[in-house]
Amino acid sequence: MILSVFVLGTTAMFGQGIFDKSKVSGSFQVDGNYYWEDEGIGITQEDINGNKFGGYGFGKVQYQLGNFTAGIRFESYQIFKMTGLPTELNGMGLANYFATYDNGTIGVTVGDIYDQFGNGLIFRTYEEWTLGFDNALRGIRAVFRPTEGVTIKGLYGKQRLYWESYDDHGLVRGIDGEWDLNQSIKAWNNAKLHATLGASFVSKHEDESTHEEGGISYNMPKNVGAYAGRMNLGYGRFGFSAEYARKINDPSAFNNWIYRDGQELLASLSYSQKGLGIVLQAKRVDNMSFKSKRTETENKLDIGFIPPLNYTHTHSLPSMFSYATQPMGEMGIQLQVNYTIPKKTALGGKYGTKLAFNYSQVNDIKRDSILVNGVNTLNMMGTKGYDSPFFAIGDKMFYRDFNFEIDKKISKDWHLTLMYINLYYDMETIEGHPNAEPVKAHFAFGEVIYKVNKKHSVRLELQHMWDNVSQNQEIDPTYEENYIKRGNWFAFLLEYTIAPKWFISVADKYNYGNPIADNRDHYITGSFGYIKDQTRIAISGGRQSQGLVCVGGVCREVPASSGVQLTVTTSF
Amino acid sequence: MKKLFAFLLFGFLFFGLNAQNKSDLPNITLKNLDGESINVAEINNDGKPFVMTFWATWCGPCVKEHNALTEVYDDWVEETGIKIFSVSIDDARSTAKIKPFVDGKGWPFEILLDVNSELKRAMNVSNPPHTFLFDGDGKIVWQHTGYLDGGEEDLYEEILKISK
Repeated sequence: MILSVFVLGTTAMFGQGIFDKSKVSGSFQVDGNYYWEDEGIGITQEDINGNKFGGYGFGKVQYQLGNFTAGIRFESYQIFKMTGLPTELNGMGLANYFATYDNGTIGVTVGDIYDQFGNGLIFRTYEEWTLGFDNALRGIRAVFRPTEGVTIKGLYGKQRLYWESYDDHGLVRGIDGEWDLNQSIKAWNNAKLHATLGASFVSKHEDESTHEEGGISYNMPKNVGAYAGRMNLGYGRFGFSAEYARKINDPSAFNNWIYRDGQELLASLSYSQKGLGIVLQAKRVDNMSFKSKRTETENKLDIGFIPPLNYTHTHSLPSMFSYATQPMGEMGIQLQVNYTIPKKTALGGKYGTKLAFNYSQVNDIKRDSILVNGVNTLNMMGTKGYDSPFFAIGDKMFYRDFNFEIDKKISKDWHLTLMYINLYYDMETIEGHPNAEPVKAHFAFGEVIYKVNKKHSVRLELQHMWDNVSQNQEIDPTYEENYIKRGNWFAFLLEYTIAPKWFISVADKYNYGNPIADNRDHYITGSFGYIKDQTRIAISGGRQSQGLVCVGGVCREVPASSGVQLTVTTSF
Repeated sequence: MKKLFAFLLFGFLFFGLNAQNKSDLPNITLKNLDGESINVAEINNDGKPFVMTFWATWCGPCVKEHNALTEVYDDWVEETGIKIFSVSIDDARSTAKIKPFVDGKGWPFEILLDVNSELKRAMNVSNPPHTFLFDGDGKIVWQHTGYLDGGEEDLYEEILKISK
């Protein structure tokens, strides 16, 4: 139906001879996997279960004519556990479609909407295909910009979860306003102080007014409201931003059906000048899981987004221990300093030296029990759950990261990067493995790039991880899961590239210090790729270790696998 | 829902006919590092070619590409008058960090914050880094995904082709 309208519309325009004013664009991505059994890392014929081939693909087409834009996205998945994406995605169809008219003053979108209010604390819809995550809002959105510097948005709809029927999901309604004082007040146009204020309100509606749990029926709020206010100040080299959000009681499977209000604060202070940037951030999250279906327990149907405040590690060893935000409660701080030692100084050398320092720490919040008729109701279903003083930090540390990086171009042909990382990672909380020993580890990373000539380069990456996990202990077979990636690791990567088109690499990760002898495995992989303009074709093969894939603090467990993968992306 | 959608689609198509976009850049408003709103469709370089590149703080090759472009930027500007617009697709976790990050690294580009990947989707970018070269009228003349050491040379060859 929609397609036919689309085609009809396009044909009509051919008739009018204005085809040259319109524009069609799009992109494709195809991933194909072939798996084999690998006794070494415990993958048997049974795990593969006849599913040797898996794959998925997306195709997107967009049409633009002046102020009008429309698009569709087709998705197809034939995946199983080893692919690492949620198998509920299996199937195919038109997953996303939208049409937008926006003339600068008024904008209307119908269909699937991606948007964010402020930092997204109470509303953010986005897609992240590497996680198989898409919570697009199917509905309608209106944007109104009455005067320069003022934006008002309203939206209404239901969120996507895989291929599930939208009827089962709660209704989400939201309004957001943002006011840029400098842009809207003429006298302040060139003021040194730059100020932006914003506020939003989001409400979700679910039809059921009761929930049965353990033989007791609890009354549920049909409508749950959340509101947030934010400001952004800039004064010369200084910047300050803060957002505070609050949500009324929203008992859910995620918070064990407690009736406590939720709240969240995110604040940043920064200083920067050419060559030096410093930012200090702090946040507090208390009972802020906000989903459009109260029975969901995983990263599904989230309405709000809790930004993690920690460094995103990209090197293969530290990234196995990525932090996942804890919506039930966390307090975190982060300090990041970037400094470039200028060129032509003693320490800077001919090309300058780039330094980066990062410290982040996340703790639990403090929870005090509430006594009801002399009964301790801490986290008890159907109660307020707990009291929590706003500025009190909980004793339990979830994550701490301290790292330092030196990035130096030594000569025309040589480039060196060194990094040290000190990590504390509470595996029990972050991965949900009961009784897991926290990871207290050091990492060293070194990378050397040698330019053979203008376009040919060799890159060698070496990493080591020292994990303090107890060795020589009797390991209870029930908790073997907790030791899968523990102990010391060594990793290397060797890559040869011919810019801008070719790359080939071989890499190994070796868990030589695992407390369980059977786990001391090599994970050897090779990849080869070709890039031509906007088309990229890559083949990689080998062993994939079990671990978490995390993007933006949202993580997904990926099982170990052995096989080859072909990825093709292109756009037009 | 579907009927409403189809109906509005017709309506929009009709309205859409009245306007036209000269450039290949979509009508999307993003913020710059000073918190000012910038309409992407109005981006230009006074009739000269310009580059738009998508990156993220967590993307290693992107940071390498930006460092490499920083080194050659002054020469390129002098020789061709090119301008580089650099679009960060970092989400809210890093919004406040971009300015200190960029300043600390000494990058001289015009930075835009695409916090919810709106422009990234509209420009059909799958993975960063992704670099576009626009001619003086804002038409895409070349694009490239990924960055390999020395890749900036290739971009410069393309810039030279259209700079007179």
